[in-house]
Amino acid sequence: MSGIVDQNRLAQQLIDLQKAEPGTVRLEDVSAVVAGIMDAARKEMASSDNEVVAKMIGLADYIENAKADIAALRPDEVTERHLPAAADELDEIVAETADATNRIMDATETIQGAIGDVDEATQETIFSASNQIFEACSFQDITGQRVTKVVKALKEIEEKVDSLILAFGDEIDEYKARHVAEAEATDAAEDAPVDFDDIPDEALLQGPQLSDEAMSQDDIDKLLNSA
Amino acid sequence: MQLKFTNIHEATDGVAALAELRAGEYSLVMSDWNMEPMTGLELLREVRADDKLKQIPFIMVTAESKTENVIVAKKAGVSNYIVKPFNANTLKSKLVSVIGEF
Repeated sequence: MSGIVDQNRLAQQLIDLQKAEPGTVRLEDVSAVVAGIMDAARKEMASSDNEVVAKMIGLADYIENAKADIAALRPDEVTERHLPAAADELDEIVAETADATNRIMDATETIQGAIGDVDEATQETIFSASNQIFEACSFQDITGQRVTKVVKALKEIEEKVDSLILAFGDEIDEYKARHVAEAEATDAAEDAPVDFDDIPDEALLQGPQLSDEAMSQDDIDKLLNSA
Repeated sequence: MQLKFTNIHEATDGVAALAELRAGEYSLVMSDWNMEPMTGLELLREVRADDKLKQIPFIMVTAESKTENVIVAKKAGVSNYIVKPFNANTLKSKLVSVIGEF
C-alpha cells in the first residue's frame, strides 16, 4: 500500500516539475524526485530477488525430500537381496522341472521297453500314450526358455536400480547411517535364540525353501524323533 | 504300491476339514500346511484342542521344510511330517508309523 502511495507522490512531484515555469525549479525538488525513483527501483528489485530466492529454496527442499524418500526405499536392498532371491527361485524351477522331466521320460522309456510283453492292441495303446507323454514333456524346454527371458528382464531391472543407487549413493549411505541403531537391533533380534512359541503363523509360510535351505526328510525325521 | 484305504474324504480347506472331522468318525488326518482360510497348523491346533478329535493321528504334508516349521508342528502335536516332494515309500512308511501296518 505504501509503495502505491510513494509512486503516486513521485508521479505528482514529476508532473509539478514539468508544469513549473522555467527557472523556478529548485535543485532540491529534482534531487528529491530522482532519489524517490531510485529508492522505488531498489525496492522493486529486492522484492523480485526475494521471490526468486524463495522459489529456489522451495525447489531445493523438494529435491532434498524426494532424494530422502528414494533413499528410504532402499534400492540397494533390491539388488542385494530381492533380485538375487528371485533369480535363485527361478534357477530352482529350471533345475526341478528338468529333473522331473528326465525322470518322467526315463520311466516312459521303461514302459515302452516292456511293450513286447503285452498283446498287440495294448501295445498300440501304450505306444500312443507314451508318445503323448514325450510330446508333453517338451513343456520343459519351453518353460526353460520363458524363465531365461524372465531372468534377462531381472538383469535389466538390476542394472537400472544400480544406476539409481549410483546416483543416490550418498543419500542411501546417510539414510543407513541414520537408521544404524535400528539395523543393529534387527541383527541382534535375528541372532537371538528363537522362541518357537512366539513365531507368528505367517512367518512359518515361506516355503518351498531353496534346496540349500530346505531340510531333508531324514533331517525332519531326526528332529521329530528328538526329545 | 497300492494303499488299501476306504472312506477317504478330501476337504477343500482347513475349515471344511474341521467341519467334516466333527461330523464324522475318522482315523487319520493328512493335511497340507499352506491353506486358506485355515492353515494346516491352525487345523492341527483345533484338532488337538477338541476332546472328540484330539487322539486322531495327524500327518502334515507340506513344502515348508525349515527347522522352525517342524518344531512348531511338533509342539502343536503333529504325529508325523512329510516334506514335499515325496515318494510312495515315504508316504507308506509315515502311514505305518502312525497307524501301524495295513
